[in-house]
Amino acid sequence: MPKRVGIIGVGSTKFGELWDYSFRDLITEAGTKAITDAGIDGKDIEALYIGSMSPGLFAEQEHISALVADYAGLSGIPATRVEAACASGGLALREAYIAIKSGLFDIVVAGGVEKMTDVSTESAMINLMGAGDQEWEAFKGVTFPALYALMTRRHMFEYGTTIEQISMVSVKNHHNATLNPNAQFQFEVSIEDVMNSPIVADPLRLLHCSPITDGASAVILASEEKAKKLSDEVVWISASALATDTIALHDRKSLSRINSSVIAARNAYEQAKIKPKDIDFAEVHDCFSIAEIMAIEALGFCEFGNGGKITEDGETALDGSIPINPSGGLKAKGHPVGATGIAQAVEAVLQLTGRAGRRQVDDAEIGLIHNVGGSGATSVVHILER
Amino acid sequence: MAKGIALHWRLIPRRYTLLGTECRSCGEKFFPPRQLCPNCRRGAKIKEFKFSGNGEIYSYTIVHSPPKGFEFMKPYVLAVIKLDEGPLLTAQIVDSKPEDIEIGRKVEMVFRKVIADGDSGIIRYAYKFRVKRE
Amino acid sequence: MKGIGIIGYGVYIPRYRIRVDEIARVWGANAESISNSLMVYEKSVPALDEDTATISVECARNAIQHSKINPSDIGAIYVGSESHPYIVKPTSTIVAAAIGATSELTAADYEFACKAGTAAIQTCMGLVALGMIRYGLAIGADTAQGKPGDALEYTASAGGGAYIIGREKLIAEIIDTYSFTTDTPDFWRREGQEFPSHGARFTGQPAYFRHVISAASGIMERNDLKPGDFDYVVFHQPNGKFPLRVARILGFKREQVMRGLVTPYIGNTYSGSTLIGLANILDDAVSGNLILAVSYGSGAGSDAFIIKVKKENERRRNKKTVKKFMEDKEYIDYSVYAKLKGKIKGVKLQK
Repeated sequence: MPKRVGIIGVGSTKFGELWDYSFRDLITEAGTKAITDAGIDGKDIEALYIGSMSPGLFAEQEHISALVADYAGLSGIPATRVEAACASGGLALREAYIAIKSGLFDIVVAGGVEKMTDVSTESAMINLMGAGDQEWEAFKGVTFPALYALMTRRHMFEYGTTIEQISMVSVKNHHNATLNPNAQFQFEVSIEDVMNSPIVADPLRLLHCSPITDGASAVILASEEKAKKLSDEVVWISASALATDTIALHDRKSLSRINSSVIAARNAYEQAKIKPKDIDFAEVHDCFSIAEIMAIEALGFCEFGNGGKITEDGETALDGSIPINPSGGLKAKGHPVGATGIAQAVEAVLQLTGRAGRRQVDDAEIGLIHNVGGSGATSVVHILER
Repeated sequence: MAKGIALHWRLIPRRYTLLGTECRSCGEKFFPPRQLCPNCRRGAKIKEFKFSGNGEIYSYTIVHSPPKGFEFMKPYVLAVIKLDEGPLLTAQIVDSKPEDIEIGRKVEMVFRKVIADGDSGIIRYAYKFRVKRE
Repeated sequence: MKGIGIIGYGVYIPRYRIRVDEIARVWGANAESISNSLMVYEKSVPALDEDTATISVECARNAIQHSKINPSDIGAIYVGSESHPYIVKPTSTIVAAAIGATSELTAADYEFACKAGTAAIQTCMGLVALGMIRYGLAIGADTAQGKPGDALEYTASAGGGAYIIGREKLIAEIIDTYSFTTDTPDFWRREGQEFPSHGARFTGQPAYFRHVISAASGIMERNDLKPGDFDYVVFHQPNGKFPLRVARILGFKREQVMRGLVTPYIGNTYSGSTLIGLANILDDAVSGNLILAVSYGSGAGSDAFIIKVKKENERRRNKKTVKKFMEDKEYIDYSVYAKLKGKIKGVKLQK
């Protein structure tokens, strides 16, 4: 078994409503950028892992493993599609990591892609509910904002978290995104803007919710030996963890805590032999602002129930003690569902190699990325370091 | 639109009457029903169990941005309800005043239409809840 | 017909109400004169997710709760309505599944305008008398549709009543039932038509009055009884006035009719009408009380029942009284009413 697995190249499309881009255009661009960044040739790639939640529903296209290999000019290589709703990207990264760690492959590409704007918003909402329980949640007229609103209500009830604190997450992430040229939204929002935006599922408002986005990202992974030969800026994956929980929110042990994230995080810290305080920055899954608060609690950056407070105190800002979502997060950078997990890896690599431009976190040496599927039925956590 | 007819039909006893299951080995009750007890696994004795329809509000939200088909119901209350017998489920709360919706409020099951499949498809009915009257 | 009667009953009336004033306002009609001539002040309106099936299930559940019987012992279910949710596919089987009945039963849907529910009661009585079933569930429920601006729009409402018929633990015995039936086109709806049509003044004397009077007289004569022998009388009540007038014609006093008169505040629940009126009486009646109930269905026919209340009715009072349903209400205006009643194009609870 190879000692370590590293990332030697990253690439991403812009995120947004990209009318001119098809599903194939998106992933081809991201993959090409990653290959260029890695300084390798396409034919050096030995296997492909692609994460996408729902091309079947968004574009009636399945079998995207073969499709992506085909359009990447890599037809013939082993290609695998993975899916875990919004954690499909993180899962693709993990599968690629395992493929190399197992000794089977030396150079692998992991990509994530979602093309969401070819259907109406109402249809997109329905497609996304596939991440929840079709028979006992979706059937009842439940949407994803509604599920996270149910969690918000409990978090507020159990810990006294306020809607102001939750809104501050959006404010911070929008600010960070103004420093990210690839982000979907590049404008500031004030607390008033957030608290007065149209109500989606009480108490969550429009500006608490990540948008519908098109986008793709890709990373090139290599075994330690190959990575050192090909790059002098390798970012090592020092931990990869995956945990699941019940598909339906109502079957969880708690509505205010994402237990799959707690378990995955604990696992990841053990693998990397570090503690939460050793993390310099994290890209976490803020599909809704409350999700970032629950994430930082689950990842051990603060006590359970304190996520709102440390956000309010500015600890999670770019210049805070634990910068969270320097990229702008899912809220402001955008959330092309299957791409997000890989996009988080891209951001982490940029931060760790000092290439994050105006949103660079100072002295970034260890980063954590956190990707969640559905209302918490899957969590994937990776720790990356120089 | 004949999609999912058998799926709904199979769930009719569950969706109309809160008929769940119980693991006789460990005593845990399940709604929605499970045929495999996560505690006892293959060692479980699973039997049918009829819930009373009584419970309380565990969490709630008011949906202002409904999915396709539910547009004219807005705003509607969705809640996670803790049944008296233990399990939690997700359902709409109807016929209740906004000020009555709060965590801990007692609710009871009612029978309502959820949605119809277009103009010519089947009508899907299921449990909803309302705040208990004094 | 000895020893057969009502073991329990249940009603359901949707919460929303619209006032006659409000409807009149929209059509530029004189609210006061309408209220006075019809003796109806407001009517019930179903929510968007309610229909005859949901109403039938609710009143059936209430009836079973009141009867304290095991639903698996129900041998027959009949639902009478003129607004079944499907034209083809029974409402009665939806009720059967929702109350936890077994598959060993017979079921069918009835239509006979507003008397379909009482026809269901008669059928259950017959099956019980034959020994074919132990308990029968008879339901009359409707979500009636009124044509905008038409006289019937002021009264067409929603609601239902369910009765468990059998031989055990009776709260009231049905001493006799008698029907008067003719082919009279007073009120009808052709297939594909959204709203019913009616014969205006023809719906009075040759229709409602002829049949109700014939059935009431027929049953009293057969049993050697006079109006004065009854403690209560309840008629089908398309408005508040008809029952009072027919009562006077037959020789009943106002006090005998008033308890069973619910239409002024909930409108005409069509197949639920007589059944809800009867339930309101049973909520109050004591042992030994004699009740005359006469339904009317356009097309046309009347089913009359002589009902004797037993001690069990005082021992086992229904907790979900008609009064509670009447008082649990929320007013809406015509715009919301039009939305809920499908009068606005494209507004439906469907994908």
